[in-house]
Amino acid sequence: MSEDYRPDGHAGGPYAETEPGAATPVALPRLGFVGTLRWTWRQLTSMRVALMLLMLLAVVAVPGSVLPQRPQDPAAVARYLADNPGLAPWLDRLGFFDVYASVWFSAVYILLFVSLVGCIVPRTRVHLRAVRARPPRTPRRFDRFPARGSAVVDAAPEEVVGAARRSLTGSVGLLPRFRVDDAVEAGGARTVAAERGYLRESGNLLFHLALLGILVSVATGQMLHYRGQALVVEGRGFANAVTDYDTFEAGTAFDPRSLVPFTLTLDEFTAEFTTDAAASPRDFVADVTVTEPGAEESVTSIRVNHPLTVGGAKVYLMGNGYAPELTVHDAAGELAFAGTVPFVPEDAQYLSRGVVKVPDVSTGEQVGLVGYLLPTAEVTESGARSVYPQPFDPLLVLTVWSGDLGLDDGVPQNVYELETTEMTQVLEEDGTPTTILVGLGETVELPGGLGTLTWDGLPRFMAVDLRYDPALPWILAFSIAALVGLSVSLFTPRRRLWLRVTEQDGRTVVDGAALARGDDLGLDGELDRVMDAVRALDGR
Amino acid sequence: MGTGELSTLLAWGAVTAYAIALVAFSIDLARLADGLARPAEALGGRGQAAAAGDTVAAGAGAAGTTTMTPVATPVGTTSADLAGPSGDDGPEAAGGPGRSRRAVGVAMATTTLGLGLHVLAAVLRGIAAGRVPWANMYEFTLVGTLVAVATFLALCRRRDVRFLGSLVVGLVLIALGVGLAAFYVPADAVEPALQSYWLVIHVSIATIATGLLTVSFAASALQLLKDSRDRGSARLSAARWRLLDALPSTRDLEALSFRINAVGFVLWTFTIMAGAVWAEHAWGRYWGWDPKEVWSFVVWVVYAAYLHARTTRGWSGRRAAWFVLVGYATVIFNFTGVNLFFQGLHSYSGL
Ligand code: HEM
Repeated sequence: MSEDYRPDGHAGGPYAETEPGAATPVALPRLGFVGTLRWTWRQLTSMRVALMLLMLLAVVAVPGSVLPQRPQDPAAVARYLADNPGLAPWLDRLGFFDVYASVWFSAVYILLFVSLVGCIVPRTRVHLRAVRARPPRTPRRFDRFPARGSAVVDAAPEEVVGAARRSLTGSVGLLPRFRVDDAVEAGGARTVAAERGYLRESGNLLFHLALLGILVSVATGQMLHYRGQALVVEGRGFANAVTDYDTFEAGTAFDPRSLVPFTLTLDEFTAEFTTDAAASPRDFVADVTVTEPGAEESVTSIRVNHPLTVGGAKVYLMGNGYAPELTVHDAAGELAFAGTVPFVPEDAQYLSRGVVKVPDVSTGEQVGLVGYLLPTAEVTESGARSVYPQPFDPLLVLTVWSGDLGLDDGVPQNVYELETTEMTQVLEEDGTPTTILVGLGETVELPGGLGTLTWDGLPRFMAVDLRYDPALPWILAFSIAALVGLSVSLFTPRRRLWLRVTEQDGRTVVDGAALARGDDLGLDGELDRVMDAVRALDGR
Repeated sequence: MGTGELSTLLAWGAVTAYAIALVAFSIDLARLADGLARPAEALGGRGQAAAAGDTVAAGAGAAGTTTMTPVATPVGTTSADLAGPSGDDGPEAAGGPGRSRRAVGVAMATTTLGLGLHVLAAVLRGIAAGRVPWANMYEFTLVGTLVAVATFLALCRRRDVRFLGSLVVGLVLIALGVGLAAFYVPADAVEPALQSYWLVIHVSIATIATGLLTVSFAASALQLLKDSRDRGSARLSAARWRLLDALPSTRDLEALSFRINAVGFVLWTFTIMAGAVWAEHAWGRYWGWDPKEVWSFVVWVVYAAYLHARTTRGWSGRRAAWFVLVGYATVIFNFTGVNLFFQGLHSYSGL
C-alpha cells in the first residue's frame, strides 16, 4: 500500500475527489483458515463496518432508555416484571433490564473498539512517516486542478519565489502554515511546492486514541472505585468504614483497607423553599465537621453541586428529610426504644413515610409503628396532608402493630418496611385501623395498652453518597484530548499548492494551482493570497 | 405588566415576524422557480451574474437536470457566492437573471426584526428569572430557535444561503409556537441541582449546537429533495417542485451541511463532556445512562456515523444526507420525547 494508508472502504487517498467511486465488488477470496481470519480482520477494520457498528451502537443503546434499568431503579424493574409476567422474564433473560452491561451491548462496543485499534495502528505508522514527508513535486500541467491563478510581474523570479515562500510560511516560524520546497526545473523554470494540514491526520489519530483512552480509564475506574450511601441525622456522625454505610459497592480491585477512616458529623441542615404553594426547593446546606486521621477538625459545608472532598473521596449531598426523635415505653412502663427514625419524603411537601420498630420490650409483644410525618399538617374530614415542607406544624400519623417483628431470624430487613406476617394491626371496633396523631413534644398512649410514645424532637437528616474513583482525572484528560483532536481534524484544511515561475519577454509569469482534500471553500482564497503577495512585489 | 409577561409578548411578536418572513421566503422561492422555467428570458436578462451562473441557469432550466460539477450551480448561489462574501451582490444580482427578488428582501428584513424581538424576549426572560434564560424546556426552545435564526442570518452575511430561509424560519416558527403554547412556564429561579455555572456552560453550548444542527438539517433535507428531482424522481418532477432547481447544486448543499454539522458535532461533543462534568458535581457520577444521557449518546454516535459515512466509499452524498436526517430526528427526540415521556434526573422541563 502506498504512503496513504486508509482503512478498507475509505473513499480514496487524501486528495482524491470526494466523488464516490462505485463500490468495489466484493471479490470472493479463496479462503483457507488463515485467509478467513485475514479476510475477517480486513472487514472488521474497514470503514464500512465501523460505520455499521456505530449505527448499531446507537440502536442498541435505545432500549435502556425505554425499559427500566436495574442499576438505576431496581424497584421499577420489579414492578415491570410483576406487571408483564409474559414478556418481562424473557426480556430479563436477554439482559434488557441491564442493557449497558448486557452481552450484546458490550459486544457491539468492544467490536467497535477492536475495529478502531485495527484501524489506527497502521494509520499511525503511516502518519509518522508522512509528517516528515516533503510536499509533492510540482506537476507538469496545472489545468486539471480546481483552483488556478496566474500573474505577470516585473519582479525577478528569485524575488517571486521568496515572496511566495514568505506568504506561505506565515509569520510564526516555528509553526509554518505551509511546508514549502522550491526547485529549478530542467527548462529553467522555478517551482514552489507547498503543503499544509499535516495536523489534520494527527488530530484525527489523537481523537481516536483518546476515545480508547477514555474507554480504558472508565474500565479502570470501575475496578478501583467504591461508592457508598449513608444517612446522617443532625447531631450524629458517620465514620468512613464499610460497615457504616447503608449500601456499599466497590470494584473488583478495591481494597477495603484503603478507606481513609475519617469521621463526619452533621451539625446542622438548612433547607429553603419558595413560599408559594409549589414550595420549590431553593437551597440545601449541610454544615458538617470533618475529622481526618492525624488532622485537626475542620468545619465546612456540603451543598448540591458542591461536593466535599475528604480522604480522597467525594461526598455528595443527595437527599434530605426528617428523622423524628422518639421514645417508647412499653406496657410495663420500661424504656423500650429511644432514638431517631428517618422518614422518607414522598412528595414536594415532604409528606414522609417511616417505620418504628420496637423489639426490646420488657413484657408482651413487640411493637411496630407505621405511618407518616407531616411537616406542616392540615387535618380535615377527609384526612391529613402536608401543605408545606418546613416543620411549621408537624404531626405524626401512625398505625400500630403488635406481634413478632421477625428481626431475630437473621434475614436482613428493610428498615423502611414493616414485616407484618407475624403481626396484627390494632383495630377500632368497626374494623378500621386505629390511628394515633402525635404532635411534637407530646406523649400519647399506644392503643391496645401497648405503652406510650413520646415525640421529643425533629432533627433533619441528610442522605449522602460517598464516591471514590481514581480514574476521574484521566477520563477528563482523555476527553479534552479527544475534543482538541476532533477540532483539529475537522477544521484543519489540507491543501497543496504549486507555483511555476518562468521568464517571458523580460517579465516574470507566475502560474499557480491548488488542490484540497475534500470540500474546501477556502482553497481559492489561499491561492489568491499567495498571488497577491507576488503581485505586491511590483507595487513596492 | 411584569418583565416576564413582556418577554412572552415579545416572543409572540417574534413568532409573528417569522410567520411573515416565512411567507415572503416562500414567495421568493416560487418566483425563482418561475424564473427558471423561462430560460430564454433568463438569458436575455441583465446577465450581470457570474458567467457560470448564467450558463447553468439556462441548462438547468431547459433540461431540468443539473450536472454534478462544482461550478454547475444554478441561479442565486454560484460557487463563488458560497465561497466568499456576497456583500456586493445586491438582491437583484443574486436573484438570478431578469428576476427581481423583492420578496426575499422583505423576508430578510422581517427575519431580522423577528430576531431583534427574539433577543429582547430572551434577555427579559433572564432578567425576570434572575438567571440565564435556559433552564427549562420553554426557555431552551426560546434560545435554541434564537440560535438557529442567528446562525442563518450570520451565514447570510458570508454567503448567499437565503434559499435556506423558508426551511429554517419554518422550523423555528413551529418550535417557538409549540414552545409558547405547550412548554410555557412562568419565569422563576431554579432548584439547587441547577444552581451552578455549568448551567451557563453546558446548556448554552447544547442550545447553540441544536441551533446549528437545525440549519444543517435544512441543508441536507433540501439536498435530498433536489437530488431526487435531479435524478428524475416521479414525485418530485411536478412543476411545484421547480423551486428546487433554484437551489445550489446538491454538492454545494452537502458541503454546506457538512461544514455546519462539523461545528455542531464538536459543540455537541463538548455539551456531553460538560454535562458529564456537571453530573459529577451534582449527582455524584459522571455517567449513569439516564434517559437524557442515553439519547445524547445516541445523537453523538449517529453524527459520528455521519462523519464516517462521508468518507466511506459509496456512502457519501445521498446516503450521508440520510444520516443527517436521522441524526436530527434523534436531536429532536432527545429534546421533546425524553423530557416528556421518560422519568429521569433531567426533568428540568418544568412541566
Ligand atoms: C468508537 C468508535 C468511533 C468513533 C466514535 C469515531 C468518531 C469519529 C469522528 C467524530 C470522526 C470525525 C473526525 C474527522 O472527520 O476528521 C472520525 C473520523 C475518522 N474515523 Fe472514526 N470513530 C470511531 C471508530 C473508527 C474506526 C473503527 C475506524 C476505522 C475503521 C475509524 C476511522 C476513521 C477515519 C479514517 C476517519 C477520518 C475520516 C476522514 O478521512 O476525514 N473510526 N471518527
